[in-house]
Amino acid sequence: MATSADYDDRSQEIGYDPNFVPDSVKTFVVHLYRHIREKNVYEIHQMYEGSFQKLSDRMFKESPWPSVDAVSPYVDNDHVFCLLYREMWFRHLYARMSPTLQQRIDSYDNYCSLFQVVLHGVVNMQLPNQWLWDMVDEFVYQFQSFCQYRAKMKNKTEEEIALLRQFPQAWNVYGVLNYLQALVEKSTIILILEQEKEGLEQFTANDGYDYNGGSNVLKVLGYYSMVGLLRVHCLLGDYHTGLKCLVPIDISQSGVFTIVIGSHITTIYHYGFANLMLRRYAEAIREFNKVLLYILKFKQFHQKSPQFDQILKKNEQMYALLAICLSLCPQVKLIEENVNNQLREKYGEKMARMQRYDDEAFALYDELFSYACPKFITPSPPNFEEPLVNYNQQQLLSGIRSFLKLYSTISIAKLATYMEVDEPTLRTILMTYKHKTHVVDIDGKIVSNADVDFYVNEDTVHVVETKSAKNYGDYFMRQILKVSMLAIWSVGRDDRQPGQNKTGMSVVSISESTYWLSFPGY
Amino acid sequence: MGRERETQQQQQQTSYTVEELVAVNPYNPDILPDLENYVHEQVSSQTYSLDANLCLLRLYQFEPERMSIQIVARILVKALMAMPAPDFSLCLFLIPERVQMEEQFKTLIVLSHYLETARFREFWDEAAKNRSIVEVVPGFEQAIQAYAIHVLSLTYQKVPRPVLAEAINIEGLSLDKFLEHQVANCGWVLEKSHDRGQLIVLPRNEFNQPELKKNTADSIPLEHITRIFSILN
Repeated sequence: MATSADYDDRSQEIGYDPNFVPDSVKTFVVHLYRHIREKNVYEIHQMYEGSFQKLSDRMFKESPWPSVDAVSPYVDNDHVFCLLYREMWFRHLYARMSPTLQQRIDSYDNYCSLFQVVLHGVVNMQLPNQWLWDMVDEFVYQFQSFCQYRAKMKNKTEEEIALLRQFPQAWNVYGVLNYLQALVEKSTIILILEQEKEGLEQFTANDGYDYNGGSNVLKVLGYYSMVGLLRVHCLLGDYHTGLKCLVPIDISQSGVFTIVIGSHITTIYHYGFANLMLRRYAEAIREFNKVLLYILKFKQFHQKSPQFDQILKKNEQMYALLAICLSLCPQVKLIEENVNNQLREKYGEKMARMQRYDDEAFALYDELFSYACPKFITPSPPNFEEPLVNYNQQQLLSGIRSFLKLYSTISIAKLATYMEVDEPTLRTILMTYKHKTHVVDIDGKIVSNADVDFYVNEDTVHVVETKSAKNYGDYFMRQILKVSMLAIWSVGRDDRQPGQNKTGMSVVSISESTYWLSFPGY
Repeated sequence: MGRERETQQQQQQTSYTVEELVAVNPYNPDILPDLENYVHEQVSSQTYSLDANLCLLRLYQFEPERMSIQIVARILVKALMAMPAPDFSLCLFLIPERVQMEEQFKTLIVLSHYLETARFREFWDEAAKNRSIVEVVPGFEQAIQAYAIHVLSLTYQKVPRPVLAEAINIEGLSLDKFLEHQVANCGWVLEKSHDRGQLIVLPRNEFNQPELKKNTADSIPLEHITRIFSILN
């Protein structure tokens, strides 16, 4: 473990003394330590989400927290607590300053030590889901950040290059993947989720907590590590494997991943993105739609959260991905009214231009995709132009779609004349349309995403109108729920003033239940 | 005794299939040689495992100096054969751009493009010019023919003989024989068209006969109704 002296020459902040522990910090660590020992999840959550942020804003806006060595005497030099403290210490540093190479390496070491302790089953703590999610999230983020840092070899000092050589294992991709994998395996979370389906376990039902005196740490870290693996695979361009890592989690229902909004959004963002890259556009559209509606309804409760900016950014990115999906696969039926309004407001004009087939449309796909895709990492930059390639291959499909909508039968010859191509080419366009709208789903079955159904009988195209009758029943259901919810809200409002910060967790769980109540089956 | 146990253990170890190896060690560089051998095995035994191949490409991605161009080419040909699944682009995402610039990969990318856009005439012409790349993998032709038939069955109820011939690249007597086999085994029916040409009636499915699609009438599932029970109270 690095000592505080390591940082002395690097802390640029004038007046920052890593060994000075203000009284408020003393109180903070003493209380946090006590709550952890007493397994008081509620108070830990308060201190973690509330006090830590407040103290950071007030006293450590531009400088690191006191070093772990300076605070450890106040917490019985407790090894595990010191690891947790450093985890927060580095996260705070990454968020507000730029870490040095040595700090990046030390932070990796700290994660390794922390995960080792957890993997060997010696912890007996009960930590809030938010914190456990943040650990996995930050671990992957710092890995991503390290890869980007290392990729910029040009402006490295000799000292830095020597350090990189000296610690090749720091943020090594094998190490990162294997830690996440080890947490998944050691926690037996996949088995736990399986058994819960048969009523033998109570994991999701207890929001991941353990009410029988055990620890939730390994189980929940293992659970979130599946999302972490999905994310790392997406960063590397391996979407098939990424989605496989997420299979044990049923994302069509609420679960432990939806309890923490950051985890909810990260999961669906990467799930949707991977499906987009696998051309399962309808699946991506469905899940983006659901989570965007959720954000639309509940972002107001998270305004004070440190993740609020991240929430907004991912929100915007997912609208951009939704615009791409819908342009490649026009399935507007899948979009909820309010989400659709937002989408039209943000991208309506661009989407109209994306339907055209010229260089400008191509540039728009490129623009939206680069804005919304994850920040891919080297070693080898993946070829990530799938939507562009697919756009190129789908160029003529929009034209044929609009012609087909006008006819119930039309001869191949006539349609070819309208499309200004010869007959053999028209036949390939019709087949391309079929191929592009019929995808292989996760079970290997062929699924249709087509918005126009047709078949060819020799030389004649027959269009089958599948006008889906407007689903009035569903509309009324939603209105009933909407109205009744307004009633619930106006009664319960006082309890959920985010400003009072009564309990972050109960805000989430109330918003949870209203979400599933208000949005049946979509 | 001790030795006996040892050999037993060894036997147990070797009895792991490569798929199990991948499942247990997805991020272990030591299994790279096993995965490379497995690619050859897939080629010779006409089997396929996307998971194992992606795992190998991932290890190559982490350690580019260990990459074998020849094996990557085999994987890509196998992925083409898995059409209509998007395996080809999934593999391509993991191959560095500078490697994609190699002549044989450029050819494979062009071939994939023709298949994606159902331009079978161009595909077969291009494949014929590059026998050295594709013909080393047994079953290539049949796999692409199966894909062509898949796309035809999505599109046509009745397909004119020349259209089919072009898509699967079989003509004349061989085509007659092929059709005979399909009629006997796959429910194909032969008809005469109005201008005396041959028409092939493909089996109906929900994609070439949209009426077969499940009826989505305006009904509300009971589980949705239950959600408003408390309000109706």
